Amino acid sequence: MCGIAGLIHRGKSSNVGSELQGMLQALKHRGEDSTGYALYGDTDGKNFIMRFKVGENVGEGSSSIMEDVSVYDERKKVVDQYLSELGAKIIKEERVLPYSLRYEISYDKKDLLEFSQKIESIPEVEILSMGKSLEVIKDLGNAKMVCDRYGLDKVVGTHAIGHARMATESGVDIKSAHPFWGYPFSDVSVVHNGQLTNYWNNRRLLENKGMRFMSECDSELIAVYIAQKMREGASLEEGMKASLTGLDGVFTYFVATKDSLGMAKDTMAAKPLVLYESDDLVAMGSEEIAIRSVLPQEIDTYDPYDGEVKVWQI
Amino acid sequence: MANIKNPETKTKAQSMGMHTEVLTGRTQQKFFNPDEAENFYYFGTYDVDFNKRTDLDVKDMTAPEANKEIDNLMSQGYGTIVIKNPQGKHSLGVGILNKLNLIFEGSLGYFGMGSCDGPTVRINGRVGWSCAENLMAGKVVIGKNAGSCFGAAVRGGDLICKGSVGARTGIDMKGGTIIVGGDAGAFTGFMMQRGRIIILGDVGINLGDSMYDGTIFIGGKIGSYGSDAVDAELTKNDQDWLKRKLKVAEIGENFDVSKMKKIVAGKKLWNYDNLEPHEKKGAI
Repeated sequence: MCGIAGLIHRGKSSNVGSELQGMLQALKHRGEDSTGYALYGDTDGKNFIMRFKVGENVGEGSSSIMEDVSVYDERKKVVDQYLSELGAKIIKEERVLPYSLRYEISYDKKDLLEFSQKIESIPEVEILSMGKSLEVIKDLGNAKMVCDRYGLDKVVGTHAIGHARMATESGVDIKSAHPFWGYPFSDVSVVHNGQLTNYWNNRRLLENKGMRFMSECDSELIAVYIAQKMREGASLEEGMKASLTGLDGVFTYFVATKDSLGMAKDTMAAKPLVLYESDDLVAMGSEEIAIRSVLPQEIDTYDPYDGEVKVWQI
Repeated sequence: MANIKNPETKTKAQSMGMHTEVLTGRTQQKFFNPDEAENFYYFGTYDVDFNKRTDLDVKDMTAPEANKEIDNLMSQGYGTIVIKNPQGKHSLGVGILNKLNLIFEGSLGYFGMGSCDGPTVRINGRVGWSCAENLMAGKVVIGKNAGSCFGAAVRGGDLICKGSVGARTGIDMKGGTIIVGGDAGAFTGFMMQRGRIIILGDVGINLGDSMYDGTIFIGGKIGSYGSDAVDAELTKNDQDWLKRKLKVAEIGENFDVSKMKKIVAGKKLWNYDNLEPHEKKGAI
């Protein structure tokens, strides 16, 4: 089933970590195999923030892999070495959990493709996000568990999207959890509720064009599909509109960039979405109770229609 | 809903030779016979007084707790209940099989007023997906918008939304009337089998797709017709009925019904007619 939620404050920052936690926790009945946050925090915009994992959360039920946590240290050393070889300088390093790390790095080149390919050539190492504002945090458990584990409730920023997952298409693990980074574009993230039925055909086409897939979760296709459209010169909105015909199946998804938030709904409107829109805040979720967690007062909401694409700027 | 006190008694349908096969478990069918009404009892039905009114704040209640309390209040004879702070909770007001004036001061989540039979409900807010699904009788009025699957499988009563509704409005509808003051999404009237849908605004693609029977009236633009949906002549009787229905629904006061489009099923399925099983037997 899965639940998705997102919000964007226009013209100001807010405690988006805490707000998104409330929205996703309200949707936990839609799935609590894993929960993910894509938070667009207030930063000075100088350095990249790289969130990455060097292994899975094997202690809490990951279905993908069993391994000794001692290998994580070895993998981290290789990451550090490769960063040095790429000319990236680690400004700040946080090891939130044995398998999950946050690096603030100085890196001059704009093309992140070569960078990502080198880092991810290390087995089981995956960049969860790379951006100057975006941080993707995803792990097993419901929204509150993940928020508490990573201390997200104090994150201040302009917008955020998140996902509460009931695993259906692929395993219960971090690599299959949402949000997905729009590799290799900095600050692009995607969450999705639905099923894509032309996943393998699209995946083969995109892999032939040099794009990478880290999981077998059909939702990852959306991030890669839109990233490829943007590589070809399309705007975010154009890429999203193209997805309405390029992707087959039922879906509602959100895409966020450094300064915008978008939603798209398939042409059969088969997946739910409730939307609240005002001059200073847009909040949306699979169910109204998600919005109610940040706006408990009586508000006007509506369901976007089939084939609808909307994009808001901060 | 009726439960049989005396399962040994044969129903009229069974005595006519129908349903003689041995049915067991959850699929066993029971057929109501008015001649044997004394053998049936109805749970959740109470003598209520519409002038006996109370408020119920459900802010700190779960949906089952709130619904149980509504039932409790009806058992005490309250005929008018005002629900405060529904705050988008799911499944509020479900399964009310009684006459009752129910007013929600706020919005409801999914399946609001689902599986009801008899109440008159006013919701001063919005309702999520599957509002009033399976409504048997009564009237449900929503002040703002509603989500998809609005009035799914309704069998009777009036379901009115003064705002706009999502996709698949009246899906699998089997009777009753749905009235929408604003727009409706794709697949409106999808697989509807009976009843009437009135949309004063625009509708999305695939209107009336795979409809078996029933009638759809549209006031605005139509995205596209679904398979089996065709235009029909809007008669004087239709217009009179529409005027009356809109007036009772307190919606579209000055709406020009003469310009509405009427859509019906264009294909009669070989194995379908609009008779109930026992009516079929009588016709033969």
